[in-house]
Amino acid sequence: MDWSYFFNEVVNNRDALLHGTAITFAVSLIAILAGTVLGIVIGIAVTYGNKPLRWPARLYIDIIRGTPVLVLVLATFYVSSAVGFNLTAFQAGALALTLFCASHVGEILRGALQSLSRGQIEAGRAIGLTFGGIFRYILFPQALRYALPTWITAAVEMVKASTLLSVIGVAELLLTTQQIISNNFLNMQFYLLAGVIYFLIDFAIEQVGRFIGRRLEQPTRRMV
Amino acid sequence: MNYHFNFAPIFDQWPILLSGIGLGLLLALVSIAIGSALGLVVAFASRAPNRWLRSLAFTWISILRNLPILVIVLFLFFGMPQLGLSLDKITSFIVALSLYASAYMAEVFRGGLLSVPQGLIEAGQAIGLTSFRIKRYIVLPIMFRNALPAFGNNFISLFKDTSLAATIAVPELTFYARKINSETFRVIEVWLVASLLYIVCCYAITLVLRAMEKRLVLEKT
Repeated sequence: MDWSYFFNEVVNNRDALLHGTAITFAVSLIAILAGTVLGIVIGIAVTYGNKPLRWPARLYIDIIRGTPVLVLVLATFYVSSAVGFNLTAFQAGALALTLFCASHVGEILRGALQSLSRGQIEAGRAIGLTFGGIFRYILFPQALRYALPTWITAAVEMVKASTLLSVIGVAELLLTTQQIISNNFLNMQFYLLAGVIYFLIDFAIEQVGRFIGRRLEQPTRRMV
Repeated sequence: MNYHFNFAPIFDQWPILLSGIGLGLLLALVSIAIGSALGLVVAFASRAPNRWLRSLAFTWISILRNLPILVIVLFLFFGMPQLGLSLDKITSFIVALSLYASAYMAEVFRGGLLSVPQGLIEAGQAIGLTSFRIKRYIVLPIMFRNALPAFGNNFISLFKDTSLAATIAVPELTFYARKINSETFRVIEVWLVASLLYIVCCYAITLVLRAMEKRLVLEKT
């Protein structure tokens, strides 16, 4: 195997590879941030909402989580143009990943909120806090502690899922890799390189998650 | 929005769509079977007395869990022939999905192993069971029972991941959905039907697994 040719090709294509990695970062970041905001709203609606709020939120989570991400990406891309929203591939992909992320965050938050005891809400009411206040000062900080490790896992999933945007033509890291391969036919080497880059990104996120998880760990969890 | 719904061109292809979802289920079943067997070995290795065996197991889990499944699929299908290992697309996809599953199943089984009370293992030693028999009659049954809910979630994930086989032209549901999409331009209908089929299947799997759990999991007293 000619490794010097491979290294030469990596150097020649370094700008494309860096650009692809940047797109991967950008689209993952958008999906994680926007998805988290939307997911928090859905998580609250599904846990504390009244029926007209809870049902649509539950339905949203079940529908999105029952659909493969690839189908979600393809559907968002094709359907958005069919109904007249002319989204670029990048926008459609980011939207699909955001919807996907929101359903996960919603479910994670629901799990965390439901593990908190009901008495805490009552205690908050007793000292005269509004629901906003109870959520902001009592529930959310505790839920964050339980939800954070799973949330980090979801972030890793988003980076992994961003590879699917290559199918609709977003030139992120994987599609860039495929374009380079179509010029030099170094299939194995360049897929391996892409794998290493993805691994490093995901591994780094995982380690940060572990670190934060350790910092937040409670010495004992007192059940009330 | 003036879009006129017309489901007829999609339902004309109904048998093809069903065959696609059948293939997806088959791919997921085969992959979870191989992945579980491999994952069980990795889980035991991660608890082995030998330090090297343990770090090998954790490296395996960490690498496969942090790689996008699409990269694994493409690497095996397009990259391996360069090393002289050409597999047809279905076999190559099954290998990819099984490897991916093995890392997740190893985590599931590792959690299951940790949940077996030490006292039961000691009880086995006290009545003179060999270490193989302790594993066979005490550790494994309890581990499988505890691992069942997580096993179910992984199976559903894998079933959804079979949609990626479309990228290497394995004729499963997503592959046919894309084909019908480009042939008939019934864009909304085809993606609606495809997602619904996936959702219904996932829901059906959940129901089957819940029934299994009810039979197998002991009531907590």
